[in-house]
Amino acid sequence: MRWRSPIRGPWLTSVFGAVLLAALPVVTLTGLLSYLAYAPQLGQAIPGDVGWLKLPTFQWPTSPAWLYQLNQGIHVVLGMVIIPVVLAKLWSVTPKLFTWPPVRSPAHALERLSLLLLVGSVLFELATGVLNIQYDYIFGFSFYAAHYFGAWVFIAAFIAHVCLKLPRMIESLRSRSLRTELRTPLAETHPEPPDADGLVSSDPAPPTMSRRGALALVGGGSALVLLLSVGQTIGGVLRPLSALLPRGRVLGDGPNDFQVNRTAAAARISPDDTGEVWRLTLRGGDGDVSLSRPQLLAMPQHTADLPIACVEGWSTTQTWTGVRLADLARLAGVGEPASAQVESLQRSGAFNDAALQHNQVLDPDSLLALRVNGADLSLDHGFPARIIVPALPGVHNTKWVRSIEFRT
Amino acid sequence: MPAHPGWFEQIYGARARHLLVLTGCFLLAGYAVLELGPDQLFDSDVWWQSPAVWFLGGAIVVDLVLFPLCSAADRVLNAVPRAERRPRRRGLRVPIVNYIRVPVLASGLLLLLFFPGIIEQGKGSHLAATGHTQDPFLGRWLWLTVLFCCLSVLAYSIRYGAGRLRTMRTMRTIERERDD
Repeated sequence: MRWRSPIRGPWLTSVFGAVLLAALPVVTLTGLLSYLAYAPQLGQAIPGDVGWLKLPTFQWPTSPAWLYQLNQGIHVVLGMVIIPVVLAKLWSVTPKLFTWPPVRSPAHALERLSLLLLVGSVLFELATGVLNIQYDYIFGFSFYAAHYFGAWVFIAAFIAHVCLKLPRMIESLRSRSLRTELRTPLAETHPEPPDADGLVSSDPAPPTMSRRGALALVGGGSALVLLLSVGQTIGGVLRPLSALLPRGRVLGDGPNDFQVNRTAAAARISPDDTGEVWRLTLRGGDGDVSLSRPQLLAMPQHTADLPIACVEGWSTTQTWTGVRLADLARLAGVGEPASAQVESLQRSGAFNDAALQHNQVLDPDSLLALRVNGADLSLDHGFPARIIVPALPGVHNTKWVRSIEFRT
Repeated sequence: MPAHPGWFEQIYGARARHLLVLTGCFLLAGYAVLELGPDQLFDSDVWWQSPAVWFLGGAIVVDLVLFPLCSAADRVLNAVPRAERRPRRRGLRVPIVNYIRVPVLASGLLLLLFFPGIIEQGKGSHLAATGHTQDPFLGRWLWLTVLFCCLSVLAYSIRYGAGRLRTMRTMRTIERERDD
């Protein structure tokens, strides 16, 4: 096989490598934090049992309210933005894949195996992530488990790669000046000097693109992805920019015209269950407390601007009105609950119940929302009542609430 | 580096530190697989719906399918202008290759990232989650592709026009100097 690109070489590879060295740890860390936001200590993070493979567990805070929005926004948007850089980095080292002889020593064999783990895991994480945020589950296996353990394979291979290659990267970056490269037009673009790794072509074709052109091409690709993905995280006027993503639609001006996470039809919520017969049951005290919607509306109402922020990286901030969860806990006879278990009318599905931590029940902005933007909740948004808690992962803001059990 | 590699380096091919780092890597990665459950790697009725297949498949698709295809397409692209590279209008020539590469790559990147919506894959789960169909995505992607092509044509025209203008000015200056 002949590799003829005249711009392939350790310097170019190292520039892509440096960008990934900065970005990939951020994507990884926000992913691991998201796992903690699902409150593994309450037994509801997926996958459930991860052994040692998690960050030290702490109580996910409720302030700032946009914490999970920020975390997942960074995880998903940055994860997508680096895809052109990952592809460019892989392209820049393709000659090494076909190196001959394929194995020179035990060290070489092991390193190549670790590179298979690195490339396999980074592409696995990107592919499953990109599919998941578009609700395409063609891969067939559990996204959560595969994406989580895949991340740890990536962490292992990434750390090893950085340990072994960091000196080479620094040395290569120093071999040319970025500033000079950015001023070098096509006519003055020449191959890098031959390198030990064999990235530089021994028979280069005449250049058709300068190094700065290649950087601009990859950077432009990343900028394009950023432009098309950030809107569904930030929302507002930027939302329609996410024209190719599920959450880029502006739905209208009505109080309930914002993004729905799982429709009432899909959750099989029958209007019969949500009509006048609906009662909220509070458990945990001496006896169960049953409340109708008018009774809830007669209680002190609190209003808060809070985002729904999903693990898929999209979010939407609305003005919610309802009863404070702390007030409901007191009413149930549990003033200081250690946690609360919320159940939905939704009979099946992974998120028809959710546990809330102590701080999530007692935060003054944590609500059982009855109204949104001054109107009753629509059925799709959880009528008669839904949970809304600051900085909580979207799916744990249970809709169509049937009961809350306060635990001590 | 020592002038004479020790016995370990002679056998292994690198220093002990190298082996230490990679051992750590394989232990952690192996532990992750153990925690997932090794049986989960191939736990599927459909052979390609297993994590192990997707893990290896990603590397194979990118390195052995995507890149060779791109490089073959690029070779064709580069061969065409070369065939018409004649000395007759040397000064005017603006190479067209990057004005084709950029819109094609931009459109291809969007297809690669957003194909589930574009080809309407995962219709049911998309509808259940959002309450909307994936109808608009194909059209939007096509419009974006048209936009990229138009911008590229525009950029090329400007470069070509500017190039021509410069050449004409230079020639006029040369003629004038000759006249003087």
